[in-house]
Amino acid sequence: MSEAAAPAAEQAGVQPPSVQPSSVQPSSGQAPPPGVLRDWLEQMLVIRQFEAESVRLSLAGQIPGGIHSSAGQEGVAVGTAQALGPDDVVSGTHRSHHHALAKGLTPREVMAELFGKADGCAGGRGGSMHLVDAGRHFLGSNGIVGAGLGLAMGAALAMKMRSQPAVAVGYFGDGGANTGRVWEFINLAALWKLPLIAVCENNLYAVETHISHAMAGESVAARASGFGLPAEIVDGQDVLAVHAAVGQARSRALAGQGPSFIEAQTYRYEGHNVGDVQNYREKSEVAAWLESRDPIDLLRQRLAGQGELDEGGFAAATARAAGIVADAIAFAEASPWPDTASVNRAWPAAAAGRP
Amino acid sequence: MARYRLGEPRLAGRGGRPAVSERLTYSQAYRAGLAEEMTSNDLIFVLGTDILLRGGHFAQVFGLGDRFGADRIRDVPISEAAMVAAGVGAALGGMRPVVDLNFLDFAFGGMDELCNQAAKIHYMFGIPVPLVVRATNGIAFGGAQHNNVIESWFAEMPGMHVAVPSTAADTKGLIKSALRLDDPVLFLMHKALTGVRGEVGGPGDYIPFGLARIVREGGDATLIGYGATVRTCVAAAGQLAAEGVSAEVIDLRTLYPLDLETVAASLRKTGRAVMVDESPGYGGVSAEIAASLQEAAFDYLDGPVVRVHAPHSPVPQSRVLLEALLPGSGQVAAAARALIARG
Repeated sequence: MSEAAAPAAEQAGVQPPSVQPSSVQPSSGQAPPPGVLRDWLEQMLVIRQFEAESVRLSLAGQIPGGIHSSAGQEGVAVGTAQALGPDDVVSGTHRSHHHALAKGLTPREVMAELFGKADGCAGGRGGSMHLVDAGRHFLGSNGIVGAGLGLAMGAALAMKMRSQPAVAVGYFGDGGANTGRVWEFINLAALWKLPLIAVCENNLYAVETHISHAMAGESVAARASGFGLPAEIVDGQDVLAVHAAVGQARSRALAGQGPSFIEAQTYRYEGHNVGDVQNYREKSEVAAWLESRDPIDLLRQRLAGQGELDEGGFAAATARAAGIVADAIAFAEASPWPDTASVNRAWPAAAAGRP
Repeated sequence: MARYRLGEPRLAGRGGRPAVSERLTYSQAYRAGLAEEMTSNDLIFVLGTDILLRGGHFAQVFGLGDRFGADRIRDVPISEAAMVAAGVGAALGGMRPVVDLNFLDFAFGGMDELCNQAAKIHYMFGIPVPLVVRATNGIAFGGAQHNNVIESWFAEMPGMHVAVPSTAADTKGLIKSALRLDDPVLFLMHKALTGVRGEVGGPGDYIPFGLARIVREGGDATLIGYGATVRTCVAAAGQLAAEGVSAEVIDLRTLYPLDLETVAASLRKTGRAVMVDESPGYGGVSAEIAASLQEAAFDYLDGPVVRVHAPHSPVPQSRVLLEALLPGSGQVAAAARALIARG
């Protein structure tokens, strides 16, 4: 790279970065059966549709305050969640609709929360960056970069102290990887051998700053390896690769071998937030990822290549996803507003489902 | 490291449990209350730097390492964000952590975890966060970076409780209550009180949050303090008594929840109030009390609610500068006299 700072889009190139070989072999005999993969595909389609509609409704003013779309990152969330058990904890980021939906929160309760309605998953007290479901052990999306990993680390400490057979997943991004706190958390987790899986969703951009302008060193995973825990780069657009990596990390954690670090290389198709002008990257770069690295398309091709999904089947899954999201929007629109007399009281509904 | 005297004589044997009737130091009282609750609740554990062997920088958990082991008296690296995050996450996971920051000034390194995570989660998520964060506060030797008076920052943070005990008995009773609350508590122990002795309550004595203590009754003026300034107020009341002036002294004990009613009731009786703290004044606890009292009891006031506090300045180290900075009992007595002179 020349001394003169090239535009980020040029540095990134229209070619997606090469993904280093993962130690995980997703095409090994452990690949889930086609029926399961079709279900994952449909989950990703629901997330993709949910995000498209969230952006639309945000621009239309029905969702106040904007959202951060996760379109393009579905493979990370679904691959991770599918490798977890029901008692495993997940803690997210500011861009977490996909994490919440993959963890089992219903599109209805998430959409209602985006609207600020009483039936939202946080009763209208949270919003896009504060989604929660204690009963499903989703300890929140989080408005502060890097913070969610800390909550997962603490939850992992509780699991270890209580001898619970569970793990905690903490998400953060390439932006979070440049906060000091993230490395405090990783150090403590490694020191205490906590059942933590740190998942860095490296989507190349912290708001508008390309990782090449922000990060010294070889990679996020290379940084992590200095803390003495298994750290690997995984193709985040390959849901099977993510699933396999998280599954191995979970097995290590449950065996008492401590935390693992996964840098999932992924990409977001939308801007940082709704309304982001995106003058920091070329449209051709986005198109290249969509064309060759789309997690939905990659899984679809895989299934089609095995003769397990035809055009009609994909169209039907897409239509079902659209129907699920349309139902969620109708639910959110019909949901009542929260009781304003309760404004200064904690939201009571989740207490019973405390993890 | 601050260099005030710890005044912390060793107990009769490491890990020895003090008898209830014993006069304990402020620091020992904290330890005794914590140990009682840890004995009855296996979910309580302490995270902090240098606590297992050294017992913390104020010997506040000295001996508990031997008694409860390294899992529950858990040494951590100097990583304040990770310490508080571990506490918040563990609290969400059903534990009852005590994060010991040693100095409140060190909260700066975990500020987001305290204010943006711990304090917000119950409200937004409906999940209680039973977390106690212990630290020392108040002005003592040690210089500007170890003596920030910032308790008001946390008291004004919705979702956070703040305790500021001034005696051994209150320290023990309040920490025991703090360990049974569902919301995050910042438990602040004034550095200058570390070695002050007093009788403490028994295992069943819990002091509720939000209940101020009338330290001394009087009818001519109300002197209000918390932490070390309670002693300043008591000393001022002694000076005033020698002149035939009867001052009532109130110890706030907790800054949030704040027992405004006890203070207002006293003001309705005396008509005069002097609020004493070590803050730089601007936006401090004394400012909050002054504003609240004029709303609550304006018609009973014989004069303005007077604030006695430190100047707007970082804290110096030199003994003479420190004495010049701290609000003294003479200033408090003079403020009360001036109010009385108004008629």
